[in-house]
Amino acid sequence: MATFKDFRNNVKPNWCPGCGDFSIQAAIQRAAANTGLEPEQLAVISGIGCSGRISGYIQAYGLHGIHGRALPIAQGVKLANRELTVIASGGDGDGFAIGMGHTVHAIRRNLDITYIVMDNQIYGLTKGQTSPRSSEGFKTKSTPEGSIETTLSPLEIALSAGATFIAQSFSSDIKQLTALIEAGLNHKGFSLINVFSPCVTFNKVNTYDWFKEHIVNLNEFPDYDPSNRIGAMTKIMETGGLLTGLIYQDKNRRPYEDMITGFRPEGLANQEIALSREHFDQLMAEFK
Amino acid sequence: MISQLSWKIGGQQGEGVESTDRIFSTALNRLGYYLYGYRHFSSRIKGGHTNNKIRISTEPLRAISDDLDILVAFDQESIDLNAPELRPGGVIVADAKFNPTIPEGLDARLFAVPITAMAEELGTSLMKNMVASGASWGLLGLPLDVFNKAVEEEFGRKGAVVVEKNVEAVKRGAEYVLEQAGGPIDAFRLDEADGQQKLFMIGNEAIGLGCIAAGCRLMAAYPITPASEIMEYLIKHLPKVGGTVVQTEDEIAAVTMAIGANYAGVRSMTASAGPGLSLMVEAIGLAGMTETPLVIVNTQRGGPSTGLPTKQEQSDLNAMIYGTHGEIPKVVIAPASIEDCFYDTIEAFNIAEAYQVPVILMTDLQLSLGKQSCEILDYDKIIIDRGKLVREHEPLEAGQLFKRYALTEDGVSPRSIPGDLHGLHHVTGVEHDEQGRPSESALNRKQMMDKRLGKLEGLRIREAVRSDAPHEHADLLIIDMSSLGGTIDEARIRLDQDGIKTNHATIRQIHPFPSEQLEPLLHRADRVLVVENNATAQLADQIKLHAGHADKIRSLLKYDGNPFLPVDVYHACKELN
Repeated sequence: MATFKDFRNNVKPNWCPGCGDFSIQAAIQRAAANTGLEPEQLAVISGIGCSGRISGYIQAYGLHGIHGRALPIAQGVKLANRELTVIASGGDGDGFAIGMGHTVHAIRRNLDITYIVMDNQIYGLTKGQTSPRSSEGFKTKSTPEGSIETTLSPLEIALSAGATFIAQSFSSDIKQLTALIEAGLNHKGFSLINVFSPCVTFNKVNTYDWFKEHIVNLNEFPDYDPSNRIGAMTKIMETGGLLTGLIYQDKNRRPYEDMITGFRPEGLANQEIALSREHFDQLMAEFK
Repeated sequence: MISQLSWKIGGQQGEGVESTDRIFSTALNRLGYYLYGYRHFSSRIKGGHTNNKIRISTEPLRAISDDLDILVAFDQESIDLNAPELRPGGVIVADAKFNPTIPEGLDARLFAVPITAMAEELGTSLMKNMVASGASWGLLGLPLDVFNKAVEEEFGRKGAVVVEKNVEAVKRGAEYVLEQAGGPIDAFRLDEADGQQKLFMIGNEAIGLGCIAAGCRLMAAYPITPASEIMEYLIKHLPKVGGTVVQTEDEIAAVTMAIGANYAGVRSMTASAGPGLSLMVEAIGLAGMTETPLVIVNTQRGGPSTGLPTKQEQSDLNAMIYGTHGEIPKVVIAPASIEDCFYDTIEAFNIAEAYQVPVILMTDLQLSLGKQSCEILDYDKIIIDRGKLVREHEPLEAGQLFKRYALTEDGVSPRSIPGDLHGLHHVTGVEHDEQGRPSESALNRKQMMDKRLGKLEGLRIREAVRSDAPHEHADLLIIDMSSLGGTIDEARIRLDQDGIKTNHATIRQIHPFPSEQLEPLLHRADRVLVVENNATAQLADQIKLHAGHADKIRSLLKYDGNPFLPVDVYHACKELN
């Protein structure tokens, strides 16, 4: 059985020293091993941005696509071979700006994939512009007088869109993060895991210390019930979205691939594709 | 006795024009006539004039005729708009309900048939399509039993009573018009058809069928005119072979989902038209860069922007050939017949996998939506070639990945797919090395660019240029693509009668351009006329660029939304000569 070391490769990430993304990479590797996966059973599909490089840093099948499109690519992979475990990953710009349309619809569609967002509230790779996750008033190269747009709340959007699994974590809490990714991988349906991943180079506001000071762990609320959708929305709003843990899970809704008419448990990629003469004749007969 | 005639039905969109056409032509198909249809419709659901025209013939005729023999009109507007097309002695069958009149001085016979009244008598005005098609059938003097069988099949599942009523509606329509006309009209007496079973379908359906035969198991698409019928066909049929269709949130999701599925080893495609193609361009670059097979169908319509969404045009050539930043290998194939739509779809999937490139299968609105006769398709010609897709791999050395981008002689590398043991590799749109890892090395960059761009060298599809060149030296070589061939051939018959010697070439492989196949034909002609439905002569430009002979080349262009008629081509050729 594979251990987390089997999911490591010898590529040195091009992230800045101290970047939150390192811990997320490690948590994915541990969670993959903990759930009993072998490297060839895992496909990591990522977008563009600092975080998008992650598919190249995990020893598994990986596809580093185009900006904002990790989710549709990942859904294509899952539909092609539902026997695979599919992780989609990228930054907050990738998932909540250019790719927001796909995020909402991937949530609605509810294929069994795990989406990990490395949320640093800024555009890092392009050297420091505002993101939809930046706070109002946040000064960046593109908002020298401070952002005058509201901050997007992906958790509220995900809940409204019908998400069946929503979690949030902080890259420093690798134990919680690993457990949440494991839970996401085990969840039958689409899981969104938003991870605060501080950008040490361009975000001087939302730092490690800032998060430690502001976030609350749902463990602090022993009565919290993640199966209660209204309760989840209330808690997200009460905490201004600065909460970590498993926020919401619907264990009853079946994943998309279970609901497709005639869709077999065996991955499409492993099925015979030649059409029988008899079937072909039947198809032609419709046009006679 | 005649060998061909044209029939048209007109009315308001949504009032049974389509269904009248369907039932009438299905019955004709049963008799073995060759049919070629044209739909004139607007970008709205209900209301607005619409008409369907069918060419009925004993020989294959793949063109809309210049004129019209029979016009069935559900309203006065249909008469006013379409009567001028009638040839002298033509016939109008109109619903008596609106007191139809024919334009003054028109040499045509009008039969006012109480179409709506008869339908209502039988229970519902919905049956007016049956009365109208019965009247048409009667004028042609064709046997009613064949028609009744078609009615039975159309309505069988609704029960015997419904079938009976519809059969009765057809009979009444036929009887009424025959009484008025004094029997079937001699000028419309068609020679007997060959009785050979043919298929009757639109290009989009032939493409859908081709997808299933090719082993495509996933379609991801966003609705758009005139591509949606491909999606609708596959939604109905893919589940029967274990596959599925996803209607995505936009065309970017559609194409990237198809890329994801192809990467993971499933033949997958998307289909769209101009606006969708524009949205897909970045992703096509990803497929080219990552050497991921991909098939996109582009059913061209009037552009630019929203343009003329329900009209004929062929103006996306440059977008298909050149659209994408940077430089990637790409194939653009243009089926030129309904049969091509089927066989070329299979070939598109084979090329996409064998060369690991994006392939665009282009049609135009007329080929996609014009319903026409199709020869029985040959099961034995369905060949699936998955290229260098390998599922068994040697164990990898520690820390190494499968060389997904191994430098090989033909530029195509063996391909593993997710799930394969020892097949692990990385895929990225960033320039990469043989294992798929990002690399900015100048040497690697050059090697990888040369590898990708060299892959298509020598690629020629079946009949990359289809020619009918009987003359060793022709006065005129006429060149076209996509749906235009039949129109040109019909013009050529008339030109031949005038003593003008023409050869004809249809370009089926648009990119990479099959210069060496076309050049000898250019060489053998005094003049060349390139016929295309766009304003800037995009095909002519390709010919001049790749095959030369620019001094001989003239263009016949039409971009008013309507397809060419044989007479358009005839006149243009006469002027040139």
